[in-house]
Amino acid sequence: MSLPYLSLTERDRDEMLAAIGVSSVEELFRDIPEAVRFRGDLDLEPPLSEQKITAHLAELALRNAHTGVELSFLGAGIYDHYVPAFVDAMLARGEFLTAYTPYQPEMSQGVLQAIFEYQTAICELTGMDVSNASGYDGPAVTADACYVAKHVTGRSKVVLCEAVSPQVRRVVKTYAPGFGLEVVEVPHRDGVTDPDELRAAAADAACVVFQQPNFLGNLEPAPELAAAANEQESLPVAYVDPMSLGLLEAPGRYGCAIAVGEGQPAGNYQSYGGPHYGFLAAREDYVRRMPGRIVGETTDLDGRRAFVLTLQMREQHIRREKATHNITTNQTLLALAGLMYLSWLGPQGLREVGETCLALAQYAKERLGLPLVFPDETTFKEFAVRVGRPAREAVAAARAEGVHPGYALGRDYEGLDDALLVCVTEKRTREDIDRLAEVLRT
Amino acid sequence: MTADPRPPMQLVYEKSQPGRRAATLPDPELPVPDLPEALRREQAPRLPELSEPELVRHFTALADRTFGVDTGFYPLGSCTMKHNPRVNERVVALPGFRDLHPLQEEDGAQGALELMWRLQEILAEVVGLDAVSLQPAAGSQGELTGLMLMRAYFEDRGEGEGRDTVFVADTAHGTNPASVTMAGYKLQKVGTDERGNLDVDFLREHVDERTAGLMLTNPSTLGLFDERIEEVADIFHGAGALLYYDGANLNAVCGISRPGDMGFDIVHYNLHKTFSQPHGGGGPGGGPVAVRAQLEPFLPVPVVARDGERFRFDEDRPKTIGKVRGYYGPFGVFVRSYAFIRSYGPRLREMSEVAVLNANYLLARLRDAYDLPYDRLCMHEFVLSARTLKREHGVTALDVAKRLMDYGFHPPTIYFPLIVPEALMIEPTETEPKERLDAFADAMLAIAREAAEEPGLVKDAPHRRPVKRLDEVKAAKQAIVRYRFDEHPDAGAAREPVQPVEAPKGV
Repeated sequence: MSLPYLSLTERDRDEMLAAIGVSSVEELFRDIPEAVRFRGDLDLEPPLSEQKITAHLAELALRNAHTGVELSFLGAGIYDHYVPAFVDAMLARGEFLTAYTPYQPEMSQGVLQAIFEYQTAICELTGMDVSNASGYDGPAVTADACYVAKHVTGRSKVVLCEAVSPQVRRVVKTYAPGFGLEVVEVPHRDGVTDPDELRAAAADAACVVFQQPNFLGNLEPAPELAAAANEQESLPVAYVDPMSLGLLEAPGRYGCAIAVGEGQPAGNYQSYGGPHYGFLAAREDYVRRMPGRIVGETTDLDGRRAFVLTLQMREQHIRREKATHNITTNQTLLALAGLMYLSWLGPQGLREVGETCLALAQYAKERLGLPLVFPDETTFKEFAVRVGRPAREAVAAARAEGVHPGYALGRDYEGLDDALLVCVTEKRTREDIDRLAEVLRT
Repeated sequence: MTADPRPPMQLVYEKSQPGRRAATLPDPELPVPDLPEALRREQAPRLPELSEPELVRHFTALADRTFGVDTGFYPLGSCTMKHNPRVNERVVALPGFRDLHPLQEEDGAQGALELMWRLQEILAEVVGLDAVSLQPAAGSQGELTGLMLMRAYFEDRGEGEGRDTVFVADTAHGTNPASVTMAGYKLQKVGTDERGNLDVDFLREHVDERTAGLMLTNPSTLGLFDERIEEVADIFHGAGALLYYDGANLNAVCGISRPGDMGFDIVHYNLHKTFSQPHGGGGPGGGPVAVRAQLEPFLPVPVVARDGERFRFDEDRPKTIGKVRGYYGPFGVFVRSYAFIRSYGPRLREMSEVAVLNANYLLARLRDAYDLPYDRLCMHEFVLSARTLKREHGVTALDVAKRLMDYGFHPPTIYFPLIVPEALMIEPTETEPKERLDAFADAMLAIAREAAEEPGLVKDAPHRRPVKRLDEVKAAKQAIVRYRFDEHPDAGAAREPVQPVEAPKGV
């Protein structure tokens, strides 16, 4: 079988070897010491034709219970929002798909302008002044925000609210030793963070990270949390769901220094956890400490408006060991999906999606008729209920009926073994929720 | 020569008209609960308001002003801009992959787990090491992960305090020293000898009990295989230190030489380079990490394990460094790279052979017209210098790069590696046909002639792109990094001379 992605004929090879002045391809590798040469064949299965690859991958895909197979109420950080066909179609453009970082702006005005538009959308959503061109994912950009805070404040303590996603907390803790950070956690009190407790913990802290809506589904008293951090001159960092920001106040409007989050809900498929984009936006004061690519506006020789990677004095390819971060490859394509999606929605659409989630979640609370774990709290699209037995059992039983009812909070939180975190996006219907109620009742 | 017919565009925000929209949304006809006033949004975000037809035209026009591998030859050194097979895009969009939630229970994700397990096995075989974590999101995150593994390994041996220094070659990507800083290590730079190998004498003198390890790209960013790699490995291992392989240039050696056999203990891959995840205008990538058995206990969690016919996540790893990213890594990237590797199987060797053949052929065609700082056979890429053109005609590497655009090519990486003045770093990849290489070589030779005969033509290039050269200094000074709506300054109001910036472009 021929290899489909190579383009040389036998004749090409012969001509090329002659031009190089060697008699065989083998000779091209003469600088590799004999002892480190690999002899024989890699122990891999034989090559497959395109048709067989498709069949093999289709067979693997069939063994996954995706959200078209199980009626899903699973959220907890990755969400099943609708992705419009327009986004798929535009992302499939080969120019976006197969370009790389726009180092040569004259070749890449399109993608540079798109990133500038993305940065603008993120600033608008979060109420911040500057956004980078994307980071790896929500957890990773949260660690980045802590690193920025350390350099800005000269402090090394980082306060994480316990109601922040466990994935996020785990990642921040992993980076902490290398970043020179000490991590302190503040427990939730009946599902939300206590501002007084946070204020005490924030003393001498570089930053305070809280999540809105928080991982347990509840709305935090976010303006009070930000104020508590600010009183201690600790940077308030909000980890936000972009889909909530048509309804909930922007972090920049209640005193936050940095806003971060997982971009996936806005324009990306669930994709078993990645690739997605993490967004990171901040007040202007911190722009020169920010990690990652940033696109700026300028003019060309003829005075025309144009876009270019800027503030590169922060970056590894210029500053090397003095750079603000090592990031190079980011998540541009996924971030562009985010821009496209937000452009498709517009401000009114974003608000309507939020309202639909809110209304359906309220309907679900009532329809399920199960005790709420945090009955005094306001929620957005997720809420926690007690299922009267270990939630993992309830999940297994519901899945046997073709419904994934949500996330068993006992996987991460002590004392919540019977708690199920139910997520309702605009993709679910009243009938879907009726079905969930029926399944959870049995 | 005709100018480019594509004028600069309005921003999507400038096209916005209040009341227009593209989205149609379901209406569940349910009451919307009130949110507490203190938390409610006061001002709506100024997102664009456009109909779908106008949005499609906007993004199509942006795509039209973007140059990808699909558009043409893209020899950006150290970035491995190879063809991205479309079957990979088809399989990644299968609902079983695309619509799978990462917290789905293991029994509902057996296909995904099997794919990840198989990819772990394949990647370990390609580099000749024992265990793999797929988690890191890109090469840079892989580097940081590798250094954290190093730290955990030494702490476990009671040597954590003592070993505080990591050696990095002066040819290294900027990510290497940046990663060293972020991981909390001290940096020790290593020079390059006259043949382009690491300075072994320096290593003999300086590697000691305070050394944690070495980070090295092999072949290096000069496109040269380090002929003394065995000595280098012996020096570090002799001092109890570890060797880290930056896999940016793995495309040169698949099936030909394995980093594990060279003596490396930790390797990161760039799935978006070697294994054809599309670069997406800057990302996503994938940066899995492989290790020798003694480092396996420290890998990020979870790792995919196999019990007979079942696949599961192994979370129970008490010595793990933790998690470097959410969930399990960029799964969609795994699907594409797995599909890509399955199209080659053990014939990945031929992929690397052709990558090296293509590079050497281009080098042979260009070596007389440009300076060649290290006169050896190259691997999958090579570095030329425009220093003679600059000295004799005032034409720089930047000028050559810009002029290549007029010939329809994406420029190579320039001003990198830093040790070569006026560097042009060229990586053709295996997917290019001979005609394309010849056309590029012809253009490079023509530009060298133009530099002598009509230098102004080269120094004013590009002439056929939507914009001419940009004022990068102004961009950094004014730092307009978002659209400012009503307060936005008029485009192009101030005209000042454009100042060239000689900084690395590429890698």
